[in-house]
Amino acid sequence: MLRISIDRADELFAAIAAQQTLYLPADREDGQAEYKKWEEGVKLSGRLNTVRSAKDFFFPQTENLAEFKMEGKKIEVIDVRRESEDFVIFGVRACDARSFGILDKVYLVDPVDTFYQTRREHGTVVTMACTRPAETCFCQTFGIDPTEPEGDVSCWSDGSFYYFKANTDKGQKLLNSLSSLLEDGDTATLDETKAKTKEILAKLPLAKLSTENFGCDKLNEYFSSAKWAELSESCLGCGTCTFVCPTCQCYDIRDFDTGHGIKRFRCWDSCMYSDFTKMAHGNPRLTQLERFRQRFMHKLVYFPANNNGEFGCVGCGRCLSKCPISMNIVKVMKALEEK
Amino acid sequence: MQEAMINKAKQLLADGTVNRVIGWKRGEFVYDITPAVFETAEEIDADFVCDDFTAANVSKYLVKESRKEGKILAFLKPCDTYSFNQLVKEHRIVRENVYVVGIPGGPKLDAEKIKAKGITGILGVKNENGTLKIDTLYGEETMPYYEAILGKCETCKSRKHVVYDELLGEEGEVISAEDSGRFDMVEKLENMTAQERYDFWREQLSKCIRCNACRNVCPACTCENCVFDNPASGISNKAAADSFEENMFHIIRAFHVAGRCTDCGECSRVCPQNIPLHLLNRKFIKDINAFYGEYQAGEDTTSRAPLNNYDKDDCEPSIVHERGVE
Amino acid sequence: MNKDTLIPYIGVVTDIRQDTPDVKTFRVVSPEGGKVFEHMPGQCAMLSIPGVGEGMFSITSSPTNKEYMEFSIKKCGCLTTWLHAMDVGQQITIRGPYGNHFPVETDLKGKDLLFIAGGIGLAPLRSVINYVRDKRENYGDIQIVYGSRSKDDLVDYQEIIDEWMKDDGIQVNLTIDNPQEGWDGHVGFVPNYVKELNPSLSKTVLICGPPIMIKFTLAGLKELGFTETQVYTTMELRMKCAVGKCGRCNIGNKYVCKDGPVFRFDQLGELPDEY
Repeated sequence: MLRISIDRADELFAAIAAQQTLYLPADREDGQAEYKKWEEGVKLSGRLNTVRSAKDFFFPQTENLAEFKMEGKKIEVIDVRRESEDFVIFGVRACDARSFGILDKVYLVDPVDTFYQTRREHGTVVTMACTRPAETCFCQTFGIDPTEPEGDVSCWSDGSFYYFKANTDKGQKLLNSLSSLLEDGDTATLDETKAKTKEILAKLPLAKLSTENFGCDKLNEYFSSAKWAELSESCLGCGTCTFVCPTCQCYDIRDFDTGHGIKRFRCWDSCMYSDFTKMAHGNPRLTQLERFRQRFMHKLVYFPANNNGEFGCVGCGRCLSKCPISMNIVKVMKALEEK
Repeated sequence: MQEAMINKAKQLLADGTVNRVIGWKRGEFVYDITPAVFETAEEIDADFVCDDFTAANVSKYLVKESRKEGKILAFLKPCDTYSFNQLVKEHRIVRENVYVVGIPGGPKLDAEKIKAKGITGILGVKNENGTLKIDTLYGEETMPYYEAILGKCETCKSRKHVVYDELLGEEGEVISAEDSGRFDMVEKLENMTAQERYDFWREQLSKCIRCNACRNVCPACTCENCVFDNPASGISNKAAADSFEENMFHIIRAFHVAGRCTDCGECSRVCPQNIPLHLLNRKFIKDINAFYGEYQAGEDTTSRAPLNNYDKDDCEPSIVHERGVE
Repeated sequence: MNKDTLIPYIGVVTDIRQDTPDVKTFRVVSPEGGKVFEHMPGQCAMLSIPGVGEGMFSITSSPTNKEYMEFSIKKCGCLTTWLHAMDVGQQITIRGPYGNHFPVETDLKGKDLLFIAGGIGLAPLRSVINYVRDKRENYGDIQIVYGSRSKDDLVDYQEIIDEWMKDDGIQVNLTIDNPQEGWDGHVGFVPNYVKELNPSLSKTVLICGPPIMIKFTLAGLKELGFTETQVYTTMELRMKCAVGKCGRCNIGNKYVCKDGPVFRFDQLGELPDEY
């Protein structure tokens, strides 16, 4: 398999960055990781994952849709889109890599969201297999093998080398462009690393969490469950879970008066917010219980109903560590399953 | 302490003093506790927890809970009692519907700080003589206890309960600013040049994802409809349209809670991006102390707050400008 | 890059008709003249005044009208207040058509039709009514039951009297909530009136109006022996994108903007009760 010594990581990153903008998880001062643009001196983070998911690259928190010039009774629509540049995201975990497929099922179905599509076309995803999963990980629940991540290029580390395999034409093109750096090598130690990781995966506290009791046929049973009151009782109605979630894709469209015209932008939105469904004449989800229920029903029942049983969660565990009151999809699943 | 609390809760439920108990519920791991209301002794036996990770301030929940039928038992740490008092003062909590049991405070631990050390796969955490022994999927790890202390507990302002109906454990003392060092970082920021300070806040606030966790957890933010959620306000937004707005959300919020913020530190505790939001509030507290004399929001339920009061000896507003010139 | 569906076209308002004290009907064409896009009866469009807001509105004109589109809009929130205050010649932005439509070319073809509307609820039905009037040979008997608070609140009153009532084979039954001077027609709520009229069970029903009216009318229809599979309605929820992506109008596995707004009642019954 093609590989490069980890000692030469900087050379590798420099070679990629010479062709395209390269982003990778880097440590922040507070010990958490976030995606940063690579430049000399930026090191790949050792943390399992970033606080914000990789969805930002395709579905940014805010983006401008159009601008409008208003003059008297006339309106002019100005297309503000610029052709995106090619970019590489390096070090995406298997969970986040899967989340792109879930976002695709929303944004790339007719009518295609061309903003998202353009970014997807220009982005090359290099994944990184996990070797030290955390207690909050449950990607296996959704059929993800973190030792065999998807992406345009899959990458593994055994502590000494990075190993690469291209899965798509785009990935192959990237690897071809790096051929002078990559050498063929045997994978004996990598296989050992994978085996060790698999042992840990089997021991994860959430390894047994299953989706067998969820899916489209559970709509009425779970929607009317008495458990929602207790589960949602302490929910702050903030958007932390939504915004750190790699698969949450709801958005709002807002207009902003720049003083020189109107900027129409879209931004992340959360079904947990009280005004999400508010209309001029009323709101069908008046309490946090209904809003809380919507988020989990969507991931565990509604989304699978529309997408051949695929769930709207990849088990990345971000909501488990970030919810201010530690309420999350795992607790919801376990509570709903209790008879 | 957990056992004494459980016994107390069950006793007060049994004798009819209260019909509900607000406390913390055990999670999946050692650290992911959830504020919860318990109605029966069985629920309490099954899930009630009070340990190194029960840092969440439950006072704000009492705004709603104290308006329900019957009395509720609330276990409040010293810092929580300040928030509680302030909410009583603002007529947000119905005092007679809450039975307050004061419990000892922290320091509480911050799981994020343990994880920031690269420790992962956490299965158990024990404090042994100042050393945290952490059982993980990858073997036992250790780290100094003090390095895992929650930010808000590092600069604890008081071990004294300012309100309670009953106390479990011993009462503590108010801790002076000198001893707590709680204004040290504010002073450091004050001593920066304007550019350095601007850069500091730009870097911090640019991390904001506008999840509103800080606002929604804040016991001083109890407006029925926040100005940032109200389309009629003209400034409602869910995400910053530009970097100027990104700064304004937190600065405006700090203004809105000025004089009412008790410095409970929940804003910084819940921030998923670890923005030290409490420093904005502390700057206000420090300035209020300097301009109008020592004042601690939530210390009592009767005094007029300096910003709601006028006194002939009040400093002139120009003092702010004069200091800014320095 | 293709034009994204979220980027609107420009429309010009060429006529504004005050229908009722709080409903105006706006005629919209493209700046070059003619319709901005084609649609089917029941479909919607996103109208916007940049800086004020964007909202989903039912296209009330029939697709058979080849010159313009019309929108009957009730003054309700920020955007609609703005629209009500504007003058002829104003440009707005428009995108669409969005959503499904009444099955006028399939399930409704050859059927006797009963339209039941309350208040502004006539707006989406007007498009269907004029469509079937223009393709009269494809449909059986047509009956229209329409009620409002008062005579002044009957939307499209002039068109109803001047055109619909004069058509052969169309029975129009109007009603208002309370007696009023100058009104010698029926007085009473729509659900009761429908029961009094005792329509033939052969009819396929299209119903639109306030939720409370729909609820009681449906109950009444069931008492008369109608089944849920012969009753259609349209739904309304908060929408932003109008293409099933922003998540706002999601109920169960449906997105009202994309899978609706037209639903048959048996389909609605399968959705969680939160609309």
